[in-house]
Amino acid sequence: MRNFVIWVALAIALIVLPNLVSFSQQEVLVFLTINILVVASYRLLTLTGEWSLGHVVIMGVGAYASALVTKELGLWVPLGIIVGGLASALIALALSVPLFRMKGFYFLIGSFAAGEIIRLLWKRFRDPFGGAKGIKGIDPMPDFSIGIYQFDFFEPVSYFYFSAVVVALCLWILWRIEKSPVGLTFHAVHWQDKLAQASGVNLRRYRTMAFVIASGFAGIAGALLAHYIGTINPNSFDVEVMVFVLTWAIVGGTGTFYGPILGCVVLTILNEIVLRELGLEQTRPLIYGLILILSILFMPNGLESIVQKVTRRKDAK
Amino acid sequence: MTPLLEVQNLTMRFGGLTAVDRLNFKVEKGNIHGLIGPNGAGKTTTFNMVSGFYKPSQGRVLLNGQDISGLPMHEVANRGVVRTFQHSTLFGELSVLDNALIGTHMTFRPNLLKAILGLDSSARRDALDRARTSLEFFGLADVEHEMAGDLSHGHQRALGMAVAYASRPDLILLDEPFTGMNPEETRRMMGLMRRLCAEGTTILLVEHDMQAIMGLCDNITCMSFGKFLAEGSPAEIRNHPDVIEAYLGGARHVA
Ligand SMILES: Nc1ncnc2c1ncn2[C@@H]1O[C@H](COP(=O)(O)OP(=O)(O)OP(=O)(O)O)[C@@H](O)[C@H]1O
Ligand SMILES: [Mg+2]
Repeated sequence: MRNFVIWVALAIALIVLPNLVSFSQQEVLVFLTINILVVASYRLLTLTGEWSLGHVVIMGVGAYASALVTKELGLWVPLGIIVGGLASALIALALSVPLFRMKGFYFLIGSFAAGEIIRLLWKRFRDPFGGAKGIKGIDPMPDFSIGIYQFDFFEPVSYFYFSAVVVALCLWILWRIEKSPVGLTFHAVHWQDKLAQASGVNLRRYRTMAFVIASGFAGIAGALLAHYIGTINPNSFDVEVMVFVLTWAIVGGTGTFYGPILGCVVLTILNEIVLRELGLEQTRPLIYGLILILSILFMPNGLESIVQKVTRRKDAK
Repeated sequence: MTPLLEVQNLTMRFGGLTAVDRLNFKVEKGNIHGLIGPNGAGKTTTFNMVSGFYKPSQGRVLLNGQDISGLPMHEVANRGVVRTFQHSTLFGELSVLDNALIGTHMTFRPNLLKAILGLDSSARRDALDRARTSLEFFGLADVEHEMAGDLSHGHQRALGMAVAYASRPDLILLDEPFTGMNPEETRRMMGLMRRLCAEGTTILLVEHDMQAIMGLCDNITCMSFGKFLAEGSPAEIRNHPDVIEAYLGGARHVA
């Protein structure tokens, strides 16, 4: 019952929130929503102990796929978004064959290389990827009405509601997976792969599964992005963006489901409110780098560890 | 009758070192079979080859007459052979109960779609029952919520066995299960192994505690410097001149 009240309150807050902020902040809310899905899906991969540097490029695969099937084949945008997720999952499945011959550091480097190859292919093949200029004029989400509310996707508020629903659904699925026996097996693969394997766990299979699922949801996030901003190019998914994702995840902490989300929210607020107001936007990579280093030094378990301390103190009282 | 497990000419070379050299022995179904030898004799290496952790350089491992040599460890486990590790190898960051749940992996295979849709609740309940039964069997029921890494050494050894037992293997390979246990714990654990055996699990046991080995085993294989040395009942092994020689020449003494 208490939980139900909390969820309803959260939903109401999310419905009200965009109406309280400026137009440009509404846009930020849309990006934030999409980025939450990116970090949350990234966490699922880290459950098995592997860190990838290709996650953002794989997100881009979803963006390109959805942009192309809607633009070239005239597929309905919501279906295109699903196709985007599937495309990313499939690419991840193919990449898992070479990548999961490696572990740890080598996987990290391998995933980076794989991502750069994909970005090169986008640049190299003007048809269909549009080369370095990318794809422009991507179909927007078609407007529709649900009776009480008219979705007009020219307005960021509408797109915020739409993406919030999609992302909430995705987060729910990610959460269910993490709390399931499959999620437990991911943890097992991470913490002690020898014992997991001796217990009959096919390590390769579970690493691949986590990679494919995480990539699928990243693809959905990419597609959501593509249909919002309307234009994508290889640089929309470069390593700088990947560094942001890593920073959100590490600053938030990857020990819990909410850690990376917390990191993403806090840093976005910091970025948009503090940096933009101070006119320090250009220094964003610098400041992110600084935050990353400081948080590794002084807060190795991320923001989530602070939350845990606070809630534990409350419990103790 | 074909033995449950048979190794033929099993050999493992690490560079120039032959850790196990043309080893042959058979484990009969329903037995507790000891594998002994001085430090560095190649016992753990033998376990690693039987369980699929290492691929033998030469020779074969037969399970019920079928060749399983070179299969990956999870495939061997799926054929009913589960091992524990010499150095407590647990999911230290997970709870004791979660450790045991991983042990049920083969019986109650996680299913992604069913898990998302919530259609696997009966499988989850059965897995939980199985995990709890295994913990109870090894006297770990009241620590199920503790982190595995926080357990005492004796409890950690027991948990390693509980994880293995949770999969209800046909053959369980125990690598020095009694190290770190006090005499009382060892005695209790020996009783549990007899019960395990009575339930139909065959046990292959590596152990330095000679009293335990002699008290438990139906049959013992002794090896030294990677090679087969002797085989027989506890009484035969205890009085075997080669065995005595190997141990006196080695680091440890026959108790
Ligand atoms: N991975 C490896 N690489 C190189 N040499 C190894 C490896 N594993 C074991 N050895 C060597 O093989 C020999 C047999 O080792 P093994 O661990 O099988 O002995 P053991 O009988 O289990 O000894 P202990 O009673 O001390 O556990 C030793 O000389 C050891 O140093
Ligand atoms: Mg050993």
